[in-house]
Amino acid sequence: MSAPGNFTIPERGPGIWQPKIQGIVCNWCSYAGADLAGGGRIQYPPDIRIVRVMCTGRLDSLFVLKAFADGADGVLVSGCHFGDCHYLEGNFKAAKRMFMVKRLMKSIGLDDRRFRMTFVSASEGAKWGAVVTDVVNTIRELGPSPLTELKK
Amino acid sequence: MAEKKKATTKKNESKKEDTKKVAPVKEEVKKQVAAPAAKPKTAAASAAAPAKTTVGSTTKQEARIGVFICHCGTNIAGSMDIPAVQEYAKTIPNVAYVDNYKYMCSMPGQAVIAKAIKDNKLTGVVVSACSPRLHEPTFRTATKEAGLNPFRFEMANIREQNSWVHMHDREGSTEKAKDAIRIAVAKASLLQDLFPKTVPVEKAAMVVGAGVAGMQAALDLAAAGIKTYLVEADTSIGGRMSQLDKTFPTLDCSQCILTPKMVDVGRAQLIELMTWSEVHEVEGYIGNFDVTVRKKARGVLTPAEAEARGIVGGGCNGCGDCETACPVIKPNEFEVGMKPRKAIYINHPQVVPLLYTIDFNSCVKCGICVTACGTEKRAIDLESKDEFVKVKVGTVILATGYDIFPIENKQEWGYKRYENVITSLEFERLICASGPTGGHLIRPSDGETPKRVAFVLCAGSRDNTGIGKPYCSRFCCMYSLKHCHQIIEKIPGCVPYIFYMDIRSFGKMYEEFYYRIQDEGAKFIRGRVANILEDPKTKNLHVYTDDTLLNRPVDMEVDLVVLAAAVQPKEDTNRTRKLFGVSCSSDGWLLEAHPKLNPCGTTTAGVFLAGVCQGPKDIPDTVASAEGAASAASIPIHKGEVELEPYFATCIEEKCAGCGMCVNLCPYSALALVEKDGRTVMQVTEAKCKGCGTCGGFCPGGAIWMNHFTTPQIVAQIDAFLLGGEQ
Repeated sequence: MSAPGNFTIPERGPGIWQPKIQGIVCNWCSYAGADLAGGGRIQYPPDIRIVRVMCTGRLDSLFVLKAFADGADGVLVSGCHFGDCHYLEGNFKAAKRMFMVKRLMKSIGLDDRRFRMTFVSASEGAKWGAVVTDVVNTIRELGPSPLTELKK
Repeated sequence: MAEKKKATTKKNESKKEDTKKVAPVKEEVKKQVAAPAAKPKTAAASAAAPAKTTVGSTTKQEARIGVFICHCGTNIAGSMDIPAVQEYAKTIPNVAYVDNYKYMCSMPGQAVIAKAIKDNKLTGVVVSACSPRLHEPTFRTATKEAGLNPFRFEMANIREQNSWVHMHDREGSTEKAKDAIRIAVAKASLLQDLFPKTVPVEKAAMVVGAGVAGMQAALDLAAAGIKTYLVEADTSIGGRMSQLDKTFPTLDCSQCILTPKMVDVGRAQLIELMTWSEVHEVEGYIGNFDVTVRKKARGVLTPAEAEARGIVGGGCNGCGDCETACPVIKPNEFEVGMKPRKAIYINHPQVVPLLYTIDFNSCVKCGICVTACGTEKRAIDLESKDEFVKVKVGTVILATGYDIFPIENKQEWGYKRYENVITSLEFERLICASGPTGGHLIRPSDGETPKRVAFVLCAGSRDNTGIGKPYCSRFCCMYSLKHCHQIIEKIPGCVPYIFYMDIRSFGKMYEEFYYRIQDEGAKFIRGRVANILEDPKTKNLHVYTDDTLLNRPVDMEVDLVVLAAAVQPKEDTNRTRKLFGVSCSSDGWLLEAHPKLNPCGTTTAGVFLAGVCQGPKDIPDTVASAEGAASAASIPIHKGEVELEPYFATCIEEKCAGCGMCVNLCPYSALALVEKDGRTVMQVTEAKCKGCGTCGGFCPGGAIWMNHFTTPQIVAQIDAFLLGGEQ
């Protein structure tokens, strides 16, 4: 995994592609972890936008697919560590669904590295920074989503 | 004027209440009619999630959202272009009003919001500032005070997750802030009125762990008139503090100040003591926790238990006849294994409750103790089984304490390899008058009195090698100074050597105590001990280090080495915390709700932390935190009721096929299938639902409406980010 801070501010401008990454994170662990990264001023690339849910168990597989259909270049789902779920076992159920999404992505020819589920606890600010940096770096390597390319 | 305002709000609220009851269903129907008129772009979306995306768009047309951007001084404004964000916010659909202010959470800032809600007839509020985990309650209150339902408020986090983490990327953070506001507006446009439920709070509390923290918390709760269940895993209360000899810096005898408290706990009418017990299962939520406690098989009856079995005047009176008779000998854990105990035992003479316990792992059930106990008391029952007791409490305090880090893992110091290397807890027992040697400090190898004693500080603490603990254990410096004082006082001519990195004497009168020990003749050597080797003949030890003040290597021969071992969370902490849904930090200590402003609270409402389970603390800090936790835990109980966030699930019965998948998914058994109008549909027991949404995430028919995190709201957020503007 990339170390936090292992990124450079990219060149921006009209016509230059920037990754669009949809993050969906749980309120109790990963959102709190992301807040902690803020408090600790841990720097990571700004290409992710977060939607907060109470638990990753809330995630319908369709949310992830909807994000890809809308043109997301990557999706990051992040919840509590197994056994640490605020609602006992929501993250297990989410993980099962997310494996299904990964299989589906493979079978329709969408690189499943574009979708990731991670586990970041409320005390892991630095890990959150590392995860986001790594996701952004991966997506930059993979380039724009083929679904957006097809629309052109 | 004020009265009139109050009257109208009330009227509005009752009106909202009416609509709320039917809201999800009604809107659903309306929407389906309106669906064909939806814009072409959503067509793809509704194909993916048919009908789900359509709910609530009637409210969308009427939505008037106010956006309020906070500068947070330069915390936010320093990293992004606020005027550009504000200009952009004005172009977002449904936005009726945009403003910015230096500190939105200040009173004038909140007044800006209140005024805008009234002047612009806003239906939703977006504050773009810090994290909702910090200020959502503040702004919800502001929204409510201006006459809008507090759940019509949404926060865009542009500080913790933007300006602070993209400090050197002005362009990137400005763009991210624009998106964050657009996403928040999309959600705010679909927000509905919600009404928190008020539930009564059980007038009882539970404290888990009866060390000095747990005892103090229980005593405070009982003094406040609250029935308190004090659950202790060991056979008696007192915890670590009862193992100590003296306490720093006052040199009070630990037992002398602790035993009165133990007796108070045993005597308090409102404290129900459950020793030799563990929390087995936890159900419910703040105000109404149903806790099942496992009372481990003790083999010995209390007088009350004996009476219940018809043995009048029987039960254990602590005479100890059984112990004398018992033929099984085991190491005594209370004396850190340095003294024998029998299979039927008490930890020390002052135990509360004074009640023997059979260690069934070593008992051979010979029955000699039964005979010794006699036919009058008949206190011993060799066939006793674990019992499960269910209690209902309103709030819970965890005070599970600490264990000593297994310092043998740091092999270079030779603990458990060399007889004369001991830990400081063993030192406490050896120097203690009630300990295995009657207070005579001796070398374990030959029983001689040591003349040169080395104290190795930071043994396993402040250790970044991956073997020890990265944190400072906080009280080792001070108790090692106290140990120095004790040997100087007790053994004439004995010289203590302290090998230290820094002496952290931070408390009241601690620094003065440090100077005193220096004056008394303790030798201080600044350097981390590299390794310790034993002289095989004399069993003396060579301590090797680098004196970093004199800048030269040291090889010191001593008679005894005391390792000030690090502390770590109690072995069972992980299991207990998971039962109560409490998180831990990466080092395993339980995680507080806020490290500075809510150090006793946790993210689970109604569960509080006291003492070292939250992080290393000395006795004064532990007692202070216990009193804090007791005070916090008594608030909901004295208030008598709590508000629960109304994030529960609702079934959209028209869509429900009655498949029952959700029923199995729910971790709280809040869902059930019922017959309604000749159909099988799911029904939610709102009091049991905690709002995780696991059911809503799975329902194949999209028939579950998760309040405040509805599918249309989440899809609108995703659309707002990726497609931009109104969808």
